Amino acid sequence: MAKVIVVTSGKGGVGKTTTSANIATGLALLGHKTAVLDFDIGLRNLDLILGCERRVVYDFVNVIQKEASLKQALIRDRHCDNLFVLPASQTRDKEALTKEGVGQVIDELKVSFDFIVCDSPAGIERGALMALYYADEALVVTNPEVSSVRDSDRILGILSAKSKRAEAGEEHPVKEHLLVTRYSPKRASQGEMLTLDDIQELLGIPLIGVIPESETVLQASNSGVPVIHDQKSISGQAYMDVVARFLGENRPMRFVLPEKKGLFNRLFGT
Amino acid sequence: MKTVPQAGKSHVSEFISSKEVSPATDLKGSVFTLTVLRIHRADFDQIERELSERIAKGPRFFEDAPVVIDVDPLRTGGGQIDLRELAQLLQRLRLIPVGVRHANLEQQQTAREVGLALMKGGSVRDLPPQPASTTDIPPAPAPANTKDETPEPLSNTVVSVKGLGTEGSPDQVDSVQSAAPTKVIYQSIRSGQQVYARGADLIVIGGVNAGAEVVADGNVHIYGSLRGRALAGAQGNVHTRIFCQCLEAELVAVAGQYRVFDDGAPDEIRGQTVQVFLVNNQLRVERLR
Repeated sequence: MAKVIVVTSGKGGVGKTTTSANIATGLALLGHKTAVLDFDIGLRNLDLILGCERRVVYDFVNVIQKEASLKQALIRDRHCDNLFVLPASQTRDKEALTKEGVGQVIDELKVSFDFIVCDSPAGIERGALMALYYADEALVVTNPEVSSVRDSDRILGILSAKSKRAEAGEEHPVKEHLLVTRYSPKRASQGEMLTLDDIQELLGIPLIGVIPESETVLQASNSGVPVIHDQKSISGQAYMDVVARFLGENRPMRFVLPEKKGLFNRLFGT
Repeated sequence: MKTVPQAGKSHVSEFISSKEVSPATDLKGSVFTLTVLRIHRADFDQIERELSERIAKGPRFFEDAPVVIDVDPLRTGGGQIDLRELAQLLQRLRLIPVGVRHANLEQQQTAREVGLALMKGGSVRDLPPQPASTTDIPPAPAPANTKDETPEPLSNTVVSVKGLGTEGSPDQVDSVQSAAPTKVIYQSIRSGQQVYARGADLIVIGGVNAGAEVVADGNVHIYGSLRGRALAGAQGNVHTRIFCQCLEAELVAVAGQYRVFDDGAPDEIRGQTVQVFLVNNQLRVERLR
């Protein structure tokens, strides 16, 4: 049975689209047929991060309004056969997203896909609510920073109240995972940044992974190749760890401790 | 020994007053829980059917149970009801009608004739008490939804008779009582969520996150960190308190008297287990132990 995963945060700019792209890619690289959907109508970014912005013919809204079939709108990823992208409309309004319309698209996708990743826009308005409504699991992306944590807390409250599973009753709620992004162990240990313990205490959901801050992420988005393809990058490796944990593997957390510099590095290194 | 009757006084009354007579009665305040029967439509057959079914499901609960009749729903066009007939119906079903709420003038007259008390106040809750859930979030504290009553202080719950002169002043409240069962929430309250314990105490087993709000007509107990807002005594009960294990609050209030901690709480109480209460209408926040 296909699983619907929403990548959400409340706060903007914390790494939802980057995470959606990388998690979807990771699942696809491991052999699962995966679709990733951009719910940010009017401010689409997912196609850029995945490097398919020049191949967008039809979009999510076209499909909902029956102007195109799902098959026509889905874009196959250049780097990975199992990955398909449904881009958002850049010109239309959020109002074009309806619960029924989104539901129909997801039902159709469930027939042939293993995973459906929903990239949520920032905020708690229509786009975000549509993205989380049909979710089975949620990745709540949080930066180690007070306003991000506050907004993640808010979106968690909304997930437990406004998702389809929440409306159906308490037996099978949306499974929530905390993903901390842009983490710097050094700054956390110096007290400049919230620590992982602080964040977990405030949000109270299990931690699925930590993506360390890295220049490679920016390079990756500029080139349209998600960083998970670069297994030399610590962020790329961290994303792979998250995918593995999501699929049930037990991997220890990496990149969470400040680097211990040896004598040589301390004398001559930066 | 015979006493000489004093001028201007009857010797009989003097005789009686010279003896100590123990009182035959005294009046005390008390609180009882009563079932309220709300009448939506003046359809006697249906009323009898519905009640019989309900009683059949839990006969021991309803047998000889005192019942207050609430005719409020009838006001919006449910028909006219004869209280006398209704009282008789209830008695046939082995319920004991003791009073009526929201009666209009005509109904009040009938009530007096039938021997039903005119009930004031009282907060109504569902039977049996529902488990508390944070998804059931009412709007910010509002006065009781009765149009002709001002919000009652907590001591005037469903039935109570205040002591008259025999003990303390009429203003004295014996103890803080809640009419409804305590509302217990078994998880943290997230930012943007609000919980209101109407006519009751509130217990949160978890934290109250920044941007969240917990309100109670009674006391508020937080077994966790209070980082948001907590308001006790929302309907005006000045004897309520807030208790929390770790004070990091944005705002606390008791019966409308509030305090914000804009630079965080002072060091002596920050992060500590505290209680918040009123003394002479002044809000105090003090460490517990």
